[in-house]
Amino acid sequence: MSAREDILGRIRSALRDSPEVPRIPRGYRATSGLDEAACIELLVDRLEDYKARVSVVGAAEVPALIAGLLAGAGSYVVPDGLDALWLAAVDSQPGNARRRTDSAAAPLTVAELDSVDAVVTGSAVAVAETGTIILDGSPDQGRRAISLVPDHHICVVDAKDIAGILPEALRRIDGTRPLTMISGPSATSDIELERVEGVHGPRRLDVIIVR
Amino acid sequence: MSTFLGMPSLPVFGTGNLHATESFPKAARHELNNAQLRANLGHATHTIRDKRLKVVSELPDWEQLRDAGSAIKESVMARLPELLEQFEANFTARGGIIHWARDADEANRIVAGLIRDTGETEVVKVKSMATQEIGLNEYLEEQGIAAYETDLAELIVQLDHDKPSHILVPAIHKNRTEIRDIFLREMPGADPELTDEPAVLAMAARAHLRRKFLTAKVAVSGANFALADSGTLAVVESEGNGRMCLTLPETLITVMGVEKLLPTWQDLEVFMQLLPRSSTGERMNPYTSLWTGVTEGDGPQNVHLVLLDNGRSAALADEMGRSALHCIRCSACMNVCPVYERTGGHAYGSTYPGPIGAILSPLMTGIQAEENNSLPYASSLCGACYDACPVKINIPDILVHLRSVDVDSQRGKTKLPSQMDIGMKAASWALSSGKRLGLLEKGLPLGRLAAGPDRKITRLPGIAGGWTQSRDIPAPPAESFRSWWAKEHQKPDAEGMNKPSEDTGDQA
Ligand code: SF4
Repeated sequence: MSAREDILGRIRSALRDSPEVPRIPRGYRATSGLDEAACIELLVDRLEDYKARVSVVGAAEVPALIAGLLAGAGSYVVPDGLDALWLAAVDSQPGNARRRTDSAAAPLTVAELDSVDAVVTGSAVAVAETGTIILDGSPDQGRRAISLVPDHHICVVDAKDIAGILPEALRRIDGTRPLTMISGPSATSDIELERVEGVHGPRRLDVIIVR
Repeated sequence: MSTFLGMPSLPVFGTGNLHATESFPKAARHELNNAQLRANLGHATHTIRDKRLKVVSELPDWEQLRDAGSAIKESVMARLPELLEQFEANFTARGGIIHWARDADEANRIVAGLIRDTGETEVVKVKSMATQEIGLNEYLEEQGIAAYETDLAELIVQLDHDKPSHILVPAIHKNRTEIRDIFLREMPGADPELTDEPAVLAMAARAHLRRKFLTAKVAVSGANFALADSGTLAVVESEGNGRMCLTLPETLITVMGVEKLLPTWQDLEVFMQLLPRSSTGERMNPYTSLWTGVTEGDGPQNVHLVLLDNGRSAALADEMGRSALHCIRCSACMNVCPVYERTGGHAYGSTYPGPIGAILSPLMTGIQAEENNSLPYASSLCGACYDACPVKINIPDILVHLRSVDVDSQRGKTKLPSQMDIGMKAASWALSSGKRLGLLEKGLPLGRLAAGPDRKITRLPGIAGGWTQSRDIPAPPAESFRSWWAKEHQKPDAEGMNKPSEDTGDQA
């Protein structure tokens, strides 16, 4: 008998008392009832608690803000679906950081990603209550490696994509895409429970919330 | 729901690192001598406990989430064969490959074979209880394959050739200076000027592992959840080492117990609220990765999943114990356990320590395996674990159940009636009639003689000796309560009141 048949047989035998399948009580909150302003405020509070840096700006201010955050960077990478307007200021800045574009047709190697200083991406959905940003690999976010290897992640969140609580956010997501849920920069508390921000993932996370 | 039609089979128990090789009291005595361990553990468990309480109290619907979590897991167990088949179909349709492993040995052989097929001799690993349970690292080493743990705490433990002592913070028994010394001794090229600042040590680990991440061709991981309706796997982590392992290599091999399934995508909203708050006491862990088979152009292109039984079906066969399989490995029960707080994880022998380990290990291995029958007694039954558990596993009830399973299995083993059996028989004879009891009570003054002038009995004979190992028994009174009562109450006074006894003053 194959291991598969064997294991399924053992499990069926273990369940020969035919245990009842219970009804799932879903009395927990399905929505938060927060409006956009309240969602922004809560998300900022939660992200700052994780030691991420957060700015809330109008769409017109995004390019200058990104240029400011990339000052001093030698190079940065973007997914090919990112809004080109966001990068206008950094690209015209004297002594600007060199832009690398990652695409399915011309993906950067891991070594190339390791040599860039920063990455700029959009995001799919955010969760205010938990301070979480979800990337789903859409063209403005790119494949998972580009937001992982560079040490500085600049992530743009559209205010209309902020959900109050997790159930609201997950309802807006296709679970079969490659997903990354990010809640602050990487961290460890493995040594005497003292929290250290920044281990293997990007050590610096800047979030730009666009009203 | 599936109806079982075949021949019922006997439970097949699990193998691997699931055993206490020394009985719990013995192992605990040894661990209790380690003052550093106890101080670190006390600090850790209390800190995490407080953080957990704070973030749990933020949620107005925590109890509703627990109720949902518990019911979802119960339905998973009841529908397990059907959900496994559904998961398999979805994961496979998206390019993933499923392997089934009956026990630790079979799982190890499958993983080693998959690694060998890639031609690689090195793999990076994400912290995984399942691979610890099957002893994968040791097996791979025998096969000439080096497995590098990449979680900081696991790295510390691996470099020191030690064992994890806590499922969430595996190196909690070591302080910063010890960790610095381990790095200096075991990490090639470590800076001799390394200080013992946690931030400096974390950066040393980053530098040490970075090249491995960027060049690794094969990664091995566990999984926290598997969604049957989409074929999706999830790994919850903090440092980014998980993302590195799940994203950069060409081949990803995940080892997961069959009980980790959730029926639907929607169920994730329950567990992603329960797990981080119960585990690290955070609103959300820094990183969670989800993948469904293979995605072209993003992440590993060879994606394998080893579905592991290793005694889980045996645990499932125990109707009173099966809910132990609901465990999501958050470690909340450990952090609130007064026994664990003092003994640490090593005393439990198995990969799974603390209250959950005390039930899960014997359920998976069978109560008679090695010293695992000592584990259900490693508890004061205070119930703190039940209150803390995000999926409401009634650990105290299962502990009591397993104690009775243990006693029954002992009875089967010995032909001669045990001292306990004789004692119980004697007690039932004595207690069945007041006359008999009265007769026995006449013997009480004898006990006073045995106690001697300090009025303490320090050692009882036979199995009762266990009781006096760590306590004294006060000498019995000169007469029994029953005979005192009889004497005091035989002559009620005129008003029908009892006369006060001589040595208790009138309180009125
Ligand atoms: S038994 Fe409950 S509290 Fe303990 S680790 Fe498992 S899920 Fe967490």
